[in-house]
Amino acid sequence: MTDINQNDVAPPSAIARMFKNFLLIRESPIAMFGFALIMMWVILAILAPVLPLYDPNTPLEPFKFPLSAARDGGHYWLGTDHKGRDILSRVIFGAQTVLVWATLATGVAYIVGMFMGVVAGYLGGWWDEVISFVSNVLLSFPVIVLYIIIITYLGATGFNIVLAVTFASAPGIMRIVRGLVLDLRTRDYIFAAQTRGESPMYIMLVELLPNARGPLIVDACLRLGYTTITIAMLGYLGLGLPPPDPDWGKMIAETQPLGSFAGHMAVVPAAAISSLVLGFNLLADGLREISMRD
Amino acid sequence: MLILASRRFLSMALIMVIVSFTLFAIFESDKLAVAGKVLGPYSNTEQRELWLEQNGYNEPFLERYVTWVGNALTGDFGNSIQYKSPVADILWPRLGNTAILAGLYMLFMIPISLTLGVIAGMKEGSLQDRAVSIGSVLTTSVPEFASATFFSAIFVFWLGWLPGTSAMTGGFNWAEIFLPVFVLVVYGFGYTARMTRASMAEVMTSHYIRTAVLKGIPYRRVIMKHALRNALIAPFTVIILQLNWLLSGVIVVEVFFAYKGFGKLLLDAALFGDIYVIEACTLIAVFVAVFSQFISDIGYTLLNPRIRFT
Repeated sequence: MTDINQNDVAPPSAIARMFKNFLLIRESPIAMFGFALIMMWVILAILAPVLPLYDPNTPLEPFKFPLSAARDGGHYWLGTDHKGRDILSRVIFGAQTVLVWATLATGVAYIVGMFMGVVAGYLGGWWDEVISFVSNVLLSFPVIVLYIIIITYLGATGFNIVLAVTFASAPGIMRIVRGLVLDLRTRDYIFAAQTRGESPMYIMLVELLPNARGPLIVDACLRLGYTTITIAMLGYLGLGLPPPDPDWGKMIAETQPLGSFAGHMAVVPAAAISSLVLGFNLLADGLREISMRD
Repeated sequence: MLILASRRFLSMALIMVIVSFTLFAIFESDKLAVAGKVLGPYSNTEQRELWLEQNGYNEPFLERYVTWVGNALTGDFGNSIQYKSPVADILWPRLGNTAILAGLYMLFMIPISLTLGVIAGMKEGSLQDRAVSIGSVLTTSVPEFASATFFSAIFVFWLGWLPGTSAMTGGFNWAEIFLPVFVLVVYGFGYTARMTRASMAEVMTSHYIRTAVLKGIPYRRVIMKHALRNALIAPFTVIILQLNWLLSGVIVVEVFFAYKGFGKLLLDAALFGDIYVIEACTLIAVFVAVFSQFISDIGYTLLNPRIRFT
């Protein structure tokens, strides 16, 4: 008889645990709906190259209304714009642009902001003074002014948009993380780690940050939505990514003057942005509700 | 109180000095580039150097900074490159137009969001609470340029009730200001409503409300006399701090409806490279932001007796 000891059972792997935690969103229909909206755009964006779409940048037949037949026997499901480009295709390829840059920008802002916050909260003293003061100066800028200055000074490229979003969001993230760390640093497991002689870097990155993740996940969802708005807004204002690749904000700006006879051209991308942002906001709302319940 | 006010005032002044210095360093440390911007791309190096000499650009950097700040404080922001006239002449009327827009926004947004927030927060989890929460998530998910597209598609192009642009060429016109304000209110009320709701919900669970209810005071009076006063302290700061990001909405709305305001001036200057206008607009925007922070700190202290008396 082989004795099966309780201790022999391997603990569930990190991925399995993450998946189990993820299934918690089933508790909130709102979160599920938000998640479904986001996934719809993510899947469309990933599948864009293999979907049967017209090329997003090729001029075909201008000023076609939604559902009209194309010359080659296909359909322009959402019509074409003033240059004759297929709007459905542009909206789906535009999802690629906005999802990639919004995720990247929010991710970089989070890495910088979390690092600033954990250093300010855990090390305290001068670190805290300096980091908090820099954050206060940056937060005193109206965000749009920050974007305009950085982008007009450095040029409108993807990298500079990431930089601008980082400057605008990292101070806010830093404040949240700092507050969480100030609370967590008095816990016993931190004292235990200090007594073991762990380095401050280890304590900050391995002990503190993972335990602060709860509120940060909700905040990250909200910020993803807000960064989506920002990227589309910069595109709308003419400060966005360079052409010709489709950008939801720029699509609105280009076709807005034609609203009197071809309203669909601007309404479609506007609906696309709104649905994606709504997805992020509903997911954040649902997650917050789930976390409050426990 | 006085100590707090003066400390906040000092930090406000310090932030303004740092911001103005950074701004000056970004835009004017490269003298030849400034001359190039002012004289245009076809000017040669000698002309640019002559211009720099005539306009006192050969002084040391710090001295130039001090002169520049002095001029800005007395309302002299230099000459606009794009409009060929003093920046101040263009700036103040534009700022006035934006103040009208922002003022009307506040006039409608504050009562709407406070009412909805209070109604939602009175009974946490009730039907009205759910409705307000979902409604505010919906409206804050539709950015201004998207909702402006939807509303102008409906009210301008389909129903034909309102004009699609707000250039105010024939003087001030209520029909033209309606859509810009409406778009701003629809996007902006949700945040304040949610804050008010959270604050109200917290007050409603406090002991003094329970006591008041148990004493047999009518529910209406409990809300009006006991709950509201404390529940509205937090939204006060939120409303004032909104000025900071209201500017993004204002720029978008002004561009969308071709309204001649401060935001459009700043954006046009940025796209054109009109550095003196950018500097002036940025200084004013940051000053408004920092000053509103100051007001909200002081106001919060005055409103909240727990802080005021300690």
